[in-house]
Order: sequence, then structure tokens, then C-alpha cells
Amino acid sequence: MPTRLRIKDHIRESRTFNERAAIALALVIVMIFVILARLIYLQIISHDHFTTLAEDNRVSIVPTPPTRGLIYDRNGIILAQNLPSFSLEIVPERAHDVDATISELAKIIEITDDQIKGFTKQLQQKSAFRSIPLRTHLNDVEVARIAANRHRFPGVEIEARLVRDYPYSHLTAHVIGYVGRININELQKVDPSNYSATHHIGKLGVEKFYEDTLHGTVGFKNIETNVVGRTIRTLGQTAPLPGNNLHLTLDINLQQTANKALGNNRGAVIAIDPRNGEVLAMVSKPSYDPNPFVVGIDSKSYRALQEDIDKPLFNRALKGQYPPGSTLKPLIGLAGLENGTIKTHSSLFCPGWFSLKGDDHKYRDWKKFGHGTTSLEKAIIESCDVFFYDLSLNLGIDAMSDYLSYFGLGKKTNIDLPGELSGILPSSHWKRQKKGLPWYTGETLISGIGQGYNLTTPLQLASATATLASRGLYSRPHIVKSFGATANSEPRLATIEQEDRRHIASNQNWEYMVNSMVKVVHSIRGTARTISEGIPFKIAGKTGTAQVFGIKQDEKYVKEDVAERLRDHALFIAFAPEDKPEIAIAVIVENGGSGGSVAAPVAREIIDEYMASKTRS
Amino acid sequence: MMKSKNNEYTQWGERRQSRMFVRGLHLDVPLLIGIIMLSAIGLVILYSASGQNDAIISRQLMRLAIAFTVMLVVAQIPPHHIQLWAPWAFGAGLLLLAAVLLIGDEGKGAQRWLDLGFFRFQPSEVMKLAVPIMVAWYFADNPAPPLLKHILIACALIIVPVLLIAKQPDLGTSLLIASSGIFVLLLSGIRWKHVSGFILLIATSTPLLWLNLHEYQKARVMTFLNPENDPLGAGYHIIQSKIAIGSGGIYGKGWLNGSQSHLEFLPERTTDFIFSVFSEEFGFIGIFCLLLLYLFIVVRGLYIATQAQSTFTRLLAGSLILTFFVYTFVNIGMVSGLLPVVGLPLPLISYGGTSMVTLMAGFGILMSIHTHRRLLSN
Repeated sequence: MPTRLRIKDHIRESRTFNERAAIALALVIVMIFVILARLIYLQIISHDHFTTLAEDNRVSIVPTPPTRGLIYDRNGIILAQNLPSFSLEIVPERAHDVDATISELAKIIEITDDQIKGFTKQLQQKSAFRSIPLRTHLNDVEVARIAANRHRFPGVEIEARLVRDYPYSHLTAHVIGYVGRININELQKVDPSNYSATHHIGKLGVEKFYEDTLHGTVGFKNIETNVVGRTIRTLGQTAPLPGNNLHLTLDINLQQTANKALGNNRGAVIAIDPRNGEVLAMVSKPSYDPNPFVVGIDSKSYRALQEDIDKPLFNRALKGQYPPGSTLKPLIGLAGLENGTIKTHSSLFCPGWFSLKGDDHKYRDWKKFGHGTTSLEKAIIESCDVFFYDLSLNLGIDAMSDYLSYFGLGKKTNIDLPGELSGILPSSHWKRQKKGLPWYTGETLISGIGQGYNLTTPLQLASATATLASRGLYSRPHIVKSFGATANSEPRLATIEQEDRRHIASNQNWEYMVNSMVKVVHSIRGTARTISEGIPFKIAGKTGTAQVFGIKQDEKYVKEDVAERLRDHALFIAFAPEDKPEIAIAVIVENGGSGGSVAAPVAREIIDEYMASKTRS
Repeated sequence: MMKSKNNEYTQWGERRQSRMFVRGLHLDVPLLIGIIMLSAIGLVILYSASGQNDAIISRQLMRLAIAFTVMLVVAQIPPHHIQLWAPWAFGAGLLLLAAVLLIGDEGKGAQRWLDLGFFRFQPSEVMKLAVPIMVAWYFADNPAPPLLKHILIACALIIVPVLLIAKQPDLGTSLLIASSGIFVLLLSGIRWKHVSGFILLIATSTPLLWLNLHEYQKARVMTFLNPENDPLGAGYHIIQSKIAIGSGGIYGKGWLNGSQSHLEFLPERTTDFIFSVFSEEFGFIGIFCLLLLYLFIVVRGLYIATQAQSTFTRLLAGSLILTFFVYTFVNIGMVSGLLPVVGLPLPLISYGGTSMVTLMAGFGILMSIHTHRRLLSN
């Protein structure tokens, strides 16, 4: 209850109200000015700053991988190609919880533990905002499933990628090698920006050796992304430069023939064109399928390959070091002729054994009762050991070693493939250096028949055969014929490196030796006479057998295998046609036994195919 | 616009002829034009903000139709009827608020909705109108300036619903309702010494209020004070909104061209943050025009208030229009980083139904106040 009467004064109230309303309006205007001031600050003064932030939000630069160059054989048949494939990739920074994302994804499509393991491994090595593949080769159903659930998985993308594919699989694995995911060590050796979009790198073979040529140059795309990083559109781009295609010297038909001719044997075959050093075929058996390595082979299969007693991952053609055995005899014979140690007409009586003076140790011939009176020609044809014991004794290890080095033994051929080994060409100097021991005369004898310390790779043997076939014109073996071209450039031929070493033997001696080798195949007593049947041209060849020197104590062999694996390696070198050789071959069949009956037929099949293909084309 | 009374009467007489028709509908043409223009701008920017979503536009059109109908209906109600129902409406509103706390539906972590079976609505919306009506009703017959006792009673009338709504919790709405009541108090001619005492009271009670805030409300305030501290969490909205506004520049990026908005960096871009979309696409010039339009509506509202013939209508009209402005100011302030994010839409522009209907009902009251004067004066 009011203590005193208060009367409403309408006019005064109205005036008060109007005053207050005016104050309110003034305040409203002040507040509008506050807003305007704020907006002037944001939109005019700090405009550049916020524009930059907006662009940062919006635009990201994404590298685009170049297409890897293709690999063809000499006739343009594709050996390594890029096939489109859908892969499931995750950008971990954009996925809220990577583990949860993966386990949710596993409910939709199949993801193996191995794939998760591989993913986690890459996760530890990757650079920021790079996507990591979780699954490759998604099929249509899987792609559709993920696409339908895409909103549930931020940071998960289905990428259409080109995946390297080797259509000839096992057949070319040891030559071409394969590409695999880049690891951190490899990333340090390449230009990181050029590889910023590349997931794979050549790991072996041609793929590794010609990595720079095949890779190409990275491109960049400016893309607009939304808040969860999805691409909205491309604003501009620098197209990547695709890698160079390669044409190999390899003839896939010849490769196939060589592969078939080797059958189920372990071993290696190399065929080289002696005129230029082009490798026409290079087979190492057993082999493996390189395709699983591209997407990441699962550990079980990998272990199986590694633990395989036949060592399918081992490239025998480049890394297998075998005693050359009697295949060395033609070269040593030449050394004797050139050194004047022997003459073409000199001969020796072979009783089936040889011994040094003052030593009753008998160095045996493979033929128990001997070859009788033996000339160099006969010694080559019948592969008489005693003749070469005597010859090497007279030559001495160092003269022999010097001469053999003209044929490239004991050093790498420098073929354009990684991982080649150099073999061993022993000399007294070599032995002192490596073993710290003096050279013994007895070692000279067994070196004279290609045993002892002598080790050659099949590639070296083939290269030496090619040098012999061309009568001293040495050509560095090579596997790439030309760097083929992109759409608008002509293929560039690989340079052929040749060295004229014809002087290392006189014409007469070259022909004498080649002729002796022809008789190995084409005479009634030749060790490889079985392959001469029905042949319209002449093959020069030399058989060889290399002793398998014991088995390492710690190696466990299945009982049944022991005998087989203790057998000698069978070797054969050959070239044809004898007068103008176009193909030189070295064949090694591990534990094949006899060179003449096991290795020589392989060479014959290859030479037949080579000649046949010449007439075909 | 502050014209003398004599002038006003003659002018009113001149305009009478030309406005015969709309007067019959009890509509105020300048206000109507302002509202329609704002709604049209709202549709244009909503089209862009929604990613050119026709469904959203048609839904918004539907809501606008309902809201305009409500405005038209409310405009027909003579102000003295509103005055008569004031206590009842207020009482009913309080009951509904209590009901919400007891049986309300939860949405987005807050209990705001009341499900009546056939539709859901927020009783707090009713209070947006009921509180200023009630306080204006309370001062209607009291001579100005009000005594302290009356002020305290009025404060109680304000604070009870405000606390009930804050409890839901809906900080934005409760602050708005509090300010609508306070506007009535201020406009009623309350003495300045009371005003300063009042401010002092608020200043001292702020720490108490802080202690009673929910964690997420505290977080919003803290975020407001330093958004960059938590750029990916709580500060994300404000930072992205500032980027949108700032990158708009003077002329804007053009309609449908706001990258922040269209690439989904901007959160809540059709509702609370629609102003950021507008700023990004139309720039400073666009905003300037938009603010002029808001100012026009506020000026017109205040003009209506000054022309009102009773204390009740005067106070109510003034409070409603000033609350409308506070709405606008708080929204723009929060998206531009001047004020904490309290979750208020931009009136007449943001996508959303309930608050628009309430707003238009408020405009209906304003129009009713203006167009029913003749009856009163007669």
C-alpha cells in the first residue's frame, strides 16, 4: 500500500518514456557502430590475414604420381605394365581413430592381419597427410560397400591406382625384378619431392637399375578440399611426366624356350648376341611370381620362398658362382697357343692321370684309362684333363690368369642389372691377398681344368663365350636395348660398349679353337655330339662338369635329395653359327651330372628357336 | 522521428486515406516492408548456406507463411485484451516451464521441449512474450517513476522464469528474456539511482552466476575469451566464423561463392552462423545494408512505442523492439567474436521455426499497438 497518493501524470510519463526511448536508440546506434567497427577490423584491416587462412583451409597441394614407364621385350611384347586397381587408403590425420576405423572397415570388407600389420608398419614411417594403402585390388562389390558407408569413415578414400603387373610372372622375375613399397631407407636415397606421390620403387632387376628412367617426374594438383579433407574439385595442376618406357634386348620367346629347356632343373641359362652384347635370354631357375611383392607379399608366402631349399629368390644368372669346369678349356688352350707354350700340332700322351715330379699324387682324367696321344684339338673335343694339367703347369697360374682376364673372368661384367657378383679368377697374387698363402703348383693344375678356386657366374661365362665367338670383340652385356619413348619422342638406343680384343689371339688360333669347339658338337667323339643331329648349320660348344665340393655341415638335406644334390653341375657353352656367330650361350644345370647330355640339349633348343625365329621374321 | 504530438495527429490524418486497406488488416506498412525484406534476404542467403537445398528453402517458406499468419492474427487482437490476459498468460507460461523441467524432452543435451502429442514446442518461447507483457502490465497502472518496492516485485517477475529457463539449460534465451523484462523496467522511467544500484547488483552477482553455469556454458565463455587456445575444439566455431567474415572483405566473394561456407568449414551455417555466410559472400557493403535494414525496423518499432497511447502498450512496444535488437546484436556479436557463443539465431534470417513464430507474434503485437490507437483515443 502506497504511503502517499501518487497520481499518474500521463504527459510526464510519456515524456520520460520518449527520453528513455531516445537513449535506447542512441545505444542501439552505438552498438551498431561497435558491430561495424568489428567488421571493419575483420573484413578490411585483417582481410588479407583471413583470406590466407581461408585459402589454407580450402586449397591443398597434392602431388600426383607419374605413370611408371613400361617394359617391353625386344619385339615390343609387354613385360611390365600398369593395371588400374582400386585400393583402400587412409589418411591417419583425418581419421579420428585409426584403429577403430580399421576394425569397422573389417566388418565391411575382408582385411587380413597381415594387411593391418603392413599398414601399421607404414604408419610409423610415413610423412604427414600422406595416405597409406590398407587394401589393394578391391573388387567392385567392395568398392560399392565402402562408397555406401563413406560418410562413416572420415579420412578413408578409395583410390584408383595403377598397380605394376608382370604378365610373364616367373619367367621374367629374375630379369625385371619388381617394384615394392618404398621404405624409409630408399626414401632417403631419392629426391623426396619427386617421390612425394610415389608409393613404389624398383627393388630388383631392371626395375631397380632403371628406377630413375622408369619413374618419371611428379606432378602437382591444387585441390579444393572440404572440412574432412574430401576433394571437391581441382583448381589447377601441373601434369606429371610419365617415366620412360624401356625396350629390353630380351626376346621373350627365346626366354620361354630357355625356361622350358631347363625343365624342372635348377640352373641358369644366358644367351647373348656376341655382335653387340645384347642379352637375348636370361633364365634362373627356379623362379617366383613377382606380382605379390608389388602389393606386399604376406609373411607366410614370403617365408616359404625364403626357406625353399631350391632358393627361388636367388638369381643364379647373376649371383650364382660355379666352377666353370672344362668350359674354361678353350680359353686356356688359346692362352697356351698365344703364349707359345704349345703348338697346334703338339701332342701329349694321356694315360688317364697326371702327376707332378717328386709327388706321387695322381691328378686323374675323367676318362679312367686316358685319351692316348692327344693334341689340343682332341683335348678340346674329348675334354682331356691331362692335356690341360700339363698345359697349365707349363703356362703357370699367373700367365693363365692374365689371359683369362681378357675374357672378363674374375670381374663384374657391369651389365645393367643390380646385384651381379664377380666370381673368382685365381692367381698367386690373388691367393696371397685373400688367403695370405703362397700358391701351390697343384692348384695350378686343377685351375687348368676350371676347378679349384675358379668361380664364374653364368653371365660371365656367357660373356666370355660371346667374346670367344666374336673372336675377341668384347661387348659389355646389356639388357636394355632402347629407352623408349613417350608419345612425342623417338626411342633412344642404349650405347653399346665394345672393346676390340681381337689381338689376344691370332686369326689362325681363333679359327683353330672355334673349329675344335665345332667338333665338340659335330664330330663322332665330341662330348656334345648328341645335339648335332639334324642341324643345318654348325654349333661350336664346350661341355663342362663342375664338382660340388661337399655340403656345408649345417645344411639339412632330405635324405632322398642328398645323392641328387651331390651330383656335379652340368655346364655347356656354345655359339652359333660357327663362322658368323649371332648367339652365344652359357648353360648351367645344378647337379645335372654330365654337361654333354644335360646342359648341351638346352643350348641346342635355344639355338634352334633363335634360328627358327630368324627365318620366321 | 521524435515528432511533437500536434504534428503527429495531422500527419496521421493525412496517411489515413492511403492506408485504409492495411489499417483494416491492422498492419503497419513500414514495419511490414522491413520484415519482408529481411525475410527475403534470409531466404537468399539460406539458399546459399544450405548448399542450394530446395527442401530447406521450401520448409523455411512454410515457416515464414505460418509466422506471417501468426503475426496477422496477433495484430487483430486489441492491446487491451493482451493487457487483460497478461497475468494468465504469464501464469500458464510458468506452469509450462515447470512442466518442461519435469517431463520435457531432451534435445542436444538440454531440456527445452514439451511434447504435446501432436507437436512439440518450447515454453520458453511463450515466455519471450509473456515476461515483457507481464512486467508492462504490472507497471501499467503504477504512476512513474516506480517505487523500489515495485521494481523489486517486477524483478521477481523477471527472475523466476529466467531461472527456470536457465535451468533447462538455455542461457541465450534466459538472458534475452531477462533483458526484455529489464527493458520494460528501464523504459518505465525507473530512477537512475535505481539503475545504478541495479548494475552494481549484477556486477556483484556475476561471480555467483559463473559458479552456477554448466560446464559447456563455462567452456563457451572461456572459448570466447581466447578461442585460439583450442582451435580444433571449442574455439573452432569462432575461428572458422572469423575466417569466413574476414575473408569476405569489402565486397564479399559473391553469392554461392563462400568457400568457408560451402566447403563445410563453417559450423551451423544455416542457423546460428548464417551471418558469417552472409558476410563471406556479400562483404562489408552487404553487412552495412543489412544493418541499415535492422536499424530501420528498430527505429520504426521505437517510433511505434513513442506513439503508443497507454503505459502498457508503450512499455511493451519498446521492450519488444529493443529485445529484437538485442537478439540481432548478440547473434552478430557472437559470430564475429565480440560475444560468447550463446546459441541465438539471427532474427528473421536464420533457419528455424519456433523462434521465428514468436518473433513475428511480437511484431504482430507492435502492429496491433500501432493500429488500434484510434479506438483507444476515441
